[in-house]
Amino acid sequence: MTTAHTQLSRIPHADAVRLDDVPRIEIDSFRAVILDEVAGGCRISALFGVPQNLQTVRLYAVLTHAATSTLALVSCDVQDSYPALTPDCPQAHWFEREIAEQWGVVPRGHPWLKPIRFHHSYRPGHDAWSRAVGSTILPSVTDFFRVEGQEVHEVAVGPVHAGVIEPGHFRFQCHGERVFHLEISLGFQHRGVERSLVGGPNKRTIHTMETLSGDTSVGHATAYCQAIESLANCQTPLRAQVLRGIALELERLANHTGDLGALAGDVGFLPTMSYCGRLRGDFLNATALVCGSRFGRSLVRPGGVAWDVDKPRIEQLSSRLRSALDSVDGAAKLLWDSRSVQARFEDTGRISQEVSTALGLVGPSARCTGIDNDVRHDFPSGIFRFTLIPPSTWHTGDVFARAYIRWMEIQRSGRFILEQLDAMPAGAVRAETGPLAPNSLCVSLVEGWRGEICHVVITGSAGEFAHYKVVDPSFHNWIGLAMSLRDQQISDFPLCNKSFNLSYCGHDL
Amino acid sequence: MFGILAERLRQGHRTISYPQGSPQLPDRFRGLPVLDSTKCPDGCQICADACPTDAILCDDKSLRLDLGRCLFCTECTAACPAGAISYSQDYRLATRSRDDLITDGRALELARALDEKTRRLFGRSLKLRQVSAGGCNGCEADVNVLSTVVFDLGRFGIQFVASPRHADGLLITGPVTNNMKFALAQAYEATPSPKIVIAVGACAISGGPYINHDEVHNGADGVVPVDLYIPGCPPHPLTILDGLLRLLGRLEESPTGAPQSPR
Repeated sequence: MTTAHTQLSRIPHADAVRLDDVPRIEIDSFRAVILDEVAGGCRISALFGVPQNLQTVRLYAVLTHAATSTLALVSCDVQDSYPALTPDCPQAHWFEREIAEQWGVVPRGHPWLKPIRFHHSYRPGHDAWSRAVGSTILPSVTDFFRVEGQEVHEVAVGPVHAGVIEPGHFRFQCHGERVFHLEISLGFQHRGVERSLVGGPNKRTIHTMETLSGDTSVGHATAYCQAIESLANCQTPLRAQVLRGIALELERLANHTGDLGALAGDVGFLPTMSYCGRLRGDFLNATALVCGSRFGRSLVRPGGVAWDVDKPRIEQLSSRLRSALDSVDGAAKLLWDSRSVQARFEDTGRISQEVSTALGLVGPSARCTGIDNDVRHDFPSGIFRFTLIPPSTWHTGDVFARAYIRWMEIQRSGRFILEQLDAMPAGAVRAETGPLAPNSLCVSLVEGWRGEICHVVITGSAGEFAHYKVVDPSFHNWIGLAMSLRDQQISDFPLCNKSFNLSYCGHDL
Repeated sequence: MFGILAERLRQGHRTISYPQGSPQLPDRFRGLPVLDSTKCPDGCQICADACPTDAILCDDKSLRLDLGRCLFCTECTAACPAGAISYSQDYRLATRSRDDLITDGRALELARALDEKTRRLFGRSLKLRQVSAGGCNGCEADVNVLSTVVFDLGRFGIQFVASPRHADGLLITGPVTNNMKFALAQAYEATPSPKIVIAVGACAISGGPYINHDEVHNGADGVVPVDLYIPGCPPHPLTILDGLLRLLGRLEESPTGAPQSPR
């Protein structure tokens, strides 16, 4: 067998490759390649199983190298088990639990092998926990990490927890007010997204994309459309790319602004909470001005966008945005000027760059530790190939850093949109998409407001979806929230939680 | 301190005048669909075939649309060769019964108020527990927005509370996943009677984009009895607010259908 490195080809992102061209190697080499690449600065953007026949599951790894803007693909066939990567590469931990749950393939030696979504194996007869076919699986009914001791107590919260919020289950191991450990158990929102996509695309596919994490409709729809366009060899018109970029940044503006308001609310600072609650709506309404929907539904479509904007609409959009950005400026600055707010933000929920790198965190949750990963910069597509938005980083890893990064990103996204509106290229906004290339694989990356969105599409012999993998940024980041709670007061959980503001349904799919 | 006060002045008063004035909606807003079956070519099924959730039924020159399934997307309007379906700006969509959501283009049977006794209990103070049971955070976000200064839900006496034990009812979003069915039933059980249930969004009414997935229950009313259906994907905040106020008997219709002052 040749060495792993000679077999690894590096490709630009959003390029479709023939399935046969993806290197298939033995499990030992597969592990070695992943460990080597991660040691060399790669992240695991996706690691998943695809059933080949009754006995075999093919594992695919998508390794992204930000410094060179390339990604490497590698695959390997396994049967009922393989030696786990997690003990040597912590960022594989959640992927390997997912592989075990979906396909009944056991990563041997995984230190904490539990279900992540609580459903039956998709390969009947193969179950990582030897559960019988048809047995009842109850969400979060599982072992939890426990700290023993007379003065240690456990706090359990959820699935139905305070606020208008999605369900999740949180177990805190506490000593007094101090949290030793938090374990997060999800899966309550599992709707069977990935399974339903197989055999597509069909008339429901784009609507699944727009609702798989509804606050990231534009992000996920863009990731999907990029993959389709690459597989169909379709050239998206420049004007459509600009409109998609504007919509993506409006989505970021709305959510980041809402988060600044919610963070203010969690420390009892009502002025910024009230202003940002309103201003978030102004950005949503700006999106509705483009396409009629506050969440950008029915805007991004394969081949381009479904709505164009004429000059008066551009002018209206631009003037509304200037006014909203000006108000956000005032609202946000109150946060940085208020010592009572800073006292609560600073040094709360701190994560280190080492932890963030080891766990493969993405988006503001990584950039808050000084890591400058940002798909718009590292793997640009669409309009971001032509216009640079510099990554915003801070180095303190605490709630303040995660808040301040949002503020920096609001300013940069605002400037980007205004620039784009001033210089809209002429032309069509949608192109025809032809049939999809058969027996191919395409990786599509987008920087959603929470971080890296990764879609991997594998087509079958008729160009249909043989497999569809979605990795929402929250899939990487929930463990980051758990780590940020170590040695914190349990009363700081809402603040820490809001500073990550992760998606439950994007994780649960 | 002075900085905070100066900013307060600069940010201004932002609560909308609704329900007194007429609300501002974007021109591309998709409200109540307008159906005109007289335009349908013979035997045409194009809209029904295009609909991602099979919300449209056309047979024998009649056209019906199930608002409980409708995503308010543009697939049918874009597909129809005759312009038989279009969207109006009418944001008022809430109904008391599931059947009322099936429209043939005539005026919708909008939600009637609760009976006098229940209205005396809840009319001026309604506490709701929100339960997301597979919701995508779209409906949740536009429910949340009602508590901002723009809509100021508190002025109507409506509030979201942390525990179902403190609530007068549940507001449910999402198609009700297998993994949330038990928790939803428990939350319902924990809510003291008399109680009301409100289903918000296509998912909670019919399963929405997730209709007939093995992992979901096609909405809330298979698990708990529903008193108010608010369609949309997600419904506009005004659609939700309109539904809530109608249920509490706090909106009077003028002859033109425009909302008037609250009672």
